[in-house]
Amino acid sequence: MKLTTKSFLMAAAVSLLLPCIRMAAQSAPEIRFDSVADPLKFPDNIHLGEVAGVATDSKGNLFVYTRTGHPTITIGTSRAFAHGGSRLFEFDKNGKYVREIGQGIYGFMVAQQVRIDPQDNIWVVDQMTGMVIKFDPQGQVQLLLGRKAEAERIPAVPLNRPAGGQAEAGGGGEGGGAARGLPGAGAQSDVFQRPTDIAWDAAGNIFVADGFGNARVAKFDKNGVFIKSWGSRGDGQGQFNTVHGLAVDAQGNLYVADAGNKRIQVFDNDGNFKAEIANVGSPAALCITRGPHQFLYSSNSNPPDDIDSNGEIYKLELTGKAVGQFGRAGKLPKEFGTVNAIDCRNESELYVGEIGNWRVQKLMLHP
Amino acid sequence: MKQSAAACFLLLAVICAGTAHAQKKATAQNVPEIPYTSVPNFLKMPPNLYLGEAIGVATNSKGHVFVYTRSANTRLFEFDEKGNYVREIGEGLYGFEFAHSVRVDSQDNIWVVDEGTNMVIKFNPQGQVVMVLGHRPDVVAGAVPTPVGPAPPAQKYTFSRPTDVGWDPQGNIFVSDGYGNARVVKYDKNGRFLKQVGSEKNGSGPGQFNLPHGIAVDAKGNVYVADRTNSRLQVLDNDLNPKAIYDNIGTSWTVCVSQGPHQYLFTSNSNPNGNPPGSWANTGEIYKMELDGTIVGRFGHASKQFGGFQVVHMFDCRNPNEIIVAEIESWRVQKLMLQSPETKISSAR
Repeated sequence: MKLTTKSFLMAAAVSLLLPCIRMAAQSAPEIRFDSVADPLKFPDNIHLGEVAGVATDSKGNLFVYTRTGHPTITIGTSRAFAHGGSRLFEFDKNGKYVREIGQGIYGFMVAQQVRIDPQDNIWVVDQMTGMVIKFDPQGQVQLLLGRKAEAERIPAVPLNRPAGGQAEAGGGGEGGGAARGLPGAGAQSDVFQRPTDIAWDAAGNIFVADGFGNARVAKFDKNGVFIKSWGSRGDGQGQFNTVHGLAVDAQGNLYVADAGNKRIQVFDNDGNFKAEIANVGSPAALCITRGPHQFLYSSNSNPPDDIDSNGEIYKLELTGKAVGQFGRAGKLPKEFGTVNAIDCRNESELYVGEIGNWRVQKLMLHP
Repeated sequence: MKQSAAACFLLLAVICAGTAHAQKKATAQNVPEIPYTSVPNFLKMPPNLYLGEAIGVATNSKGHVFVYTRSANTRLFEFDEKGNYVREIGEGLYGFEFAHSVRVDSQDNIWVVDEGTNMVIKFNPQGQVVMVLGHRPDVVAGAVPTPVGPAPPAQKYTFSRPTDVGWDPQGNIFVSDGYGNARVVKYDKNGRFLKQVGSEKNGSGPGQFNLPHGIAVDAKGNVYVADRTNSRLQVLDNDLNPKAIYDNIGTSWTVCVSQGPHQYLFTSNSNPNGNPPGSWANTGEIYKMELDGTIVGRFGHASKQFGGFQVVHMFDCRNPNEIIVAEIESWRVQKLMLQSPETKISSAR
């Protein structure tokens, strides 16, 4: 009897404690918001697939990098060559379709992110080709980082290799992010392993989140010259477990979405660890607002095969203090299906790109 | 002696063929034949546009016909009620790889089920994607081997080669899933998982499935499942509890419930792919039934000729007297005008 009481009390204590811990992660006040119906107007023969990237330029034009069309491997060839599967579309500020950029380009296979730099250049990160592609505002290729693997391995090399195992760049290609030193540290070069995101500091230095395969952040100067990279697979400071997103503030500090470790790590411009922001779920997409008082948005994106948990977006001070949160996983307007990108050029008018729901939502926040 | 050995061999061959193709002669006796005619040149294709395997067919409330076909790419076409070509929907869509079903709901939204991408896709009547269920296997994984061996546990929001979709009057969504899994899943109208019956494992008991290949829901919310490899049709209530099994109509490939105050249930004992010897004599017909399983009649037969069927994959029965049939192996869609009078007799179940 005594024992039963004791264990009952313990169970009660545990069950009280658990919600408390979870509450702490979700204590931010709810931000009211609306979703604009049908924000994008398409021609009949243009369809979004999984929306990986969405970004606006200084004129309010909207760029969407989406997994659509047919990713293919041709047969009757010396090796297995893979093509296609993603497209980049531009819309004007009213959501009217303007044009396609990079149609049929060699580096588009699995869309991962699109970001616009201060000069309105359009930067695309492709997860499968492992490439970062800079287009000028006219849509011409200006700079490339990384190289697409020449061919596919059949069967494919599994994504999660054993720690310290031989890394391959998508199989059969040159180099690969050959593990030199710590697992996930990658090559000291612009060879990426399923990169995820890109950002710049005020001087134009380029930072690449790398990514699903590697576990590092790489820094290049504005001409694409490799400067350094930091990180390896793990949960210590400066280590990562899926570098899923990246943003840089006006002082040049880096905010890195360390999804698998459920935290955002903050680094100075040289990669020195400064702080970590927890209680934001598994951060997948990050965005830092402009202007004198900058805010950080971070999405605790639900996995694509589950809409019954997570999904909310947090608004944070750069110190990590939660301002508020909004949304949940689901398929309706104002619900989110695996948010992979947030555009926050306007602090209270966000665009989010969803992998699970094949759509872009325009959100009006009412803080 | 020699003769009986040959007969034995023949019997064995027939049994083997029957097993390999899981095809069964219907046991229903004395079923009246429903006379019909097939409308000549029903679908008018524009030059240089071809149907491939005509996998899915459905009509909307205006009589427009939607065909989901495996051509060079899987494509979705719309025709008007006279069979004139109207347009293509979802051209180049990420979710289109290997057609399996198209259905139109009561608001004229168009739903397709693609067993190549494991997706169920809802288009509004204008042809825009408004909801997706399921998740296409990650492309970035590259060319992964086709899974063999036991299926992994079925997930709430991930399909394994799903086959068909239906809705009850409340808008709840029912998905038959499929070749990989062996279950029926119920979602609310907003796509949230409610429950499932069956699992990733094949079975032959009530509420178990072996290739649930088609699904339809009546006005009371009862669910009819073509349990193909079990050669039967299972009826479930709205909460997915087993209600009845109809196993006298051969191998149920697909099901359809007509509209209107008196609903009929149709199912096809399709002739098997590959035309194994003897199969045309025993299979190929479509049954018209009352919802309670009483057989009204049968029509059609296996044939490559116009008016016959060559592996019926799906059909539309919005109007129970006008059946629009899609065939796998004749790459065609036929519109059948069923004729009255029909002699209604009880089935010999």
